[in-house]
Amino acid sequence: MSIILDISSVNKTFGGLQALNDVNLKIEEGETHAIIGPNGAGKSTLLNCCIGRLIPDSGSVTFNGQNMIGMQPHDINHAGMVRIFQTPEIFPDLTLLQNVMVPALAKRDGTFKFNPFKSLSAEKAILEEAHATLADFELDKFHDQLANSISRGDKRRLELAMGIIQHPKLLLLDEPTAGMARHDTNRTIDLLNSDKMQNMTKVIIEHDMHVVFSLADRISVLVRGNIITTGTPEEIKNDPKVKEAYLGESDEGESEDE
Amino acid sequence: MFKKILASNPLIMLIFSAVVLSAPIWLAPFGANYPDLLQKFAIFGIFAVGYNILFGLTGYLSFGHATFLGIGSYTAVWSFKLLTMNILPAIVLAMIVSGLFAVVIGYLSLRRSGIYFSILTLAFAQMAYSLAYSVLTPITNGETGLQVSQQDPRVLDAMAGIAVTDGIPSTNLFGALIKSQGGYYGFYVAAVLLIIAFYISLKIFRSPFGMKLRAIKSNQTRMKYTGFNTKPYLLTAFVISGMYAGLAGGLLASIDPLAGAERMQWTASGEVVLMTILGGVGTLIGPLLGTTLIKYFENIFSALNDSELHSMFSFMPEGLQNIMVTVVSPFVGEGWHLTLGLVFMIVVIFLPGGIMQGLTHLFNFVKRLVGLGGSNKVIDNMAANDTPNNTLNKHKGEA
Repeated sequence: MSIILDISSVNKTFGGLQALNDVNLKIEEGETHAIIGPNGAGKSTLLNCCIGRLIPDSGSVTFNGQNMIGMQPHDINHAGMVRIFQTPEIFPDLTLLQNVMVPALAKRDGTFKFNPFKSLSAEKAILEEAHATLADFELDKFHDQLANSISRGDKRRLELAMGIIQHPKLLLLDEPTAGMARHDTNRTIDLLNSDKMQNMTKVIIEHDMHVVFSLADRISVLVRGNIITTGTPEEIKNDPKVKEAYLGESDEGESEDE
Repeated sequence: MFKKILASNPLIMLIFSAVVLSAPIWLAPFGANYPDLLQKFAIFGIFAVGYNILFGLTGYLSFGHATFLGIGSYTAVWSFKLLTMNILPAIVLAMIVSGLFAVVIGYLSLRRSGIYFSILTLAFAQMAYSLAYSVLTPITNGETGLQVSQQDPRVLDAMAGIAVTDGIPSTNLFGALIKSQGGYYGFYVAAVLLIIAFYISLKIFRSPFGMKLRAIKSNQTRMKYTGFNTKPYLLTAFVISGMYAGLAGGLLASIDPLAGAERMQWTASGEVVLMTILGGVGTLIGPLLGTTLIKYFENIFSALNDSELHSMFSFMPEGLQNIMVTVVSPFVGEGWHLTLGLVFMIVVIFLPGGIMQGLTHLFNFVKRLVGLGGSNKVIDNMAANDTPNNTLNKHKGEA
């Protein structure tokens, strides 16, 4: 399998705090890779360093053979890496349909296109794709509602739909089920495990062990800015270091469920 | 049926053109059908429609758009002086020059967003205003204002053999004097340009480009991570609205060929903000409603004086009459801005979506009364398509 995202020797400090300490991580094409770790371990910082929100102090982030450090967020998007945020980043004042049309247009139009005399209703292909994507996520019945009017779980699925419609080479998901009720969580897991998404390369940051073990092909454990181990769910479950650093401390109940 | 009308551009344009061109007739009962005022409606309408492309779609609140109005006016007058008294080159040049200034001012101001953007535009506007009064006097003629005179070269007119022999030359459009027909000709020229300007705005509102501008207003961070470079989008919107303002400025000069720096003052910039918000930010027609109302009431209120107030309240007993006049007089004449401020406050507090929001409520209310069924879909769609609830609205929704 080829490596699609190569994070190598990445360091990031905030003031005196070493948020990331010589992090090395290789994401293989086609896998679903979960990054787990206690709060403040540096998981979100790591994602931010990948998508151009933060610039690491040292180290390199190579995506699909291209250096990502210093690139603008919109260029990183066009390189094929799309991020789904922890608090839903959608367009609250647009309809659901428009919410998925915008990323579809980004995919087609590039970073800038001036076409003020083209009519939206003439964008047949984009409209069709948008409806189909909304339908995949069971959101099409709300398509002409404003996005701020739907439930939080639906908003998060909407953001997922906005990511998927761009057919990313790599999807970065920051706690896709945080704050969701159990049945909502299960719906999201089913979506991520569906035929359309299963083979998409994904990096998932997640607290919920149920979600992690339902989705991940491989798991990396990040503790205080260090990746302490990477392995299959089975290996991680039985790793004494992980138990001590993470599972044992904060999520004992959850891990016994598994 | 209503929905179909709203969705169809040709139908909207047909109705819009009919309403604008027949304004001299249907405004007659309001006593607002004289050319001076009609011209103001149309010209400031263009200004507001253009401003709405920036403020309504992207949410970037510029406090300096009168700069482009002023630049448009100066450019037009220079065109009258140097080239020809024909207004066509004047307004084209006005748009081009104000567009160029908009590129520079927009590029610098758009390095910041939110309040800092507003402050930057205000600063540029005040700079332009002071420059017009001081160092740029050779170009702007300072306090006197720039005027045309009989001795101006007017190269193109001279080539065409048009010479002015008596007094100050008048503006024309291919020979037809703007002031002819008692000034109605000037109104119709402005009205046709308003219709074109509105059509372009309608197209922008309903294009993918317009939707992206709205998406920037809604969530700029998401826009960046969705793969859009938001800067050029914002700059394009800024330049388009600057060119609209330049067109309006050029038209102002076409109707009365003189340009003064006071046209660029911050109060003029503030006025277009008021017009847009009063009518309904981000709606297609709202800014025009706001413009018409503000210009209409400005016309009425600023003309009132104490003796007229006395005659208005003459049905009252003497003592009461004096009290009423004392209470009301600060709000009229020179104090008209006080009334405007009050109206503005009331609208922003109770009707943050402006008049358009009020009309939507009214429409729904009437529909419920008539019992046309419980579906508010038409208006909801209208809201979704043409009135992306502005930020003020949002706060109300949360409350």
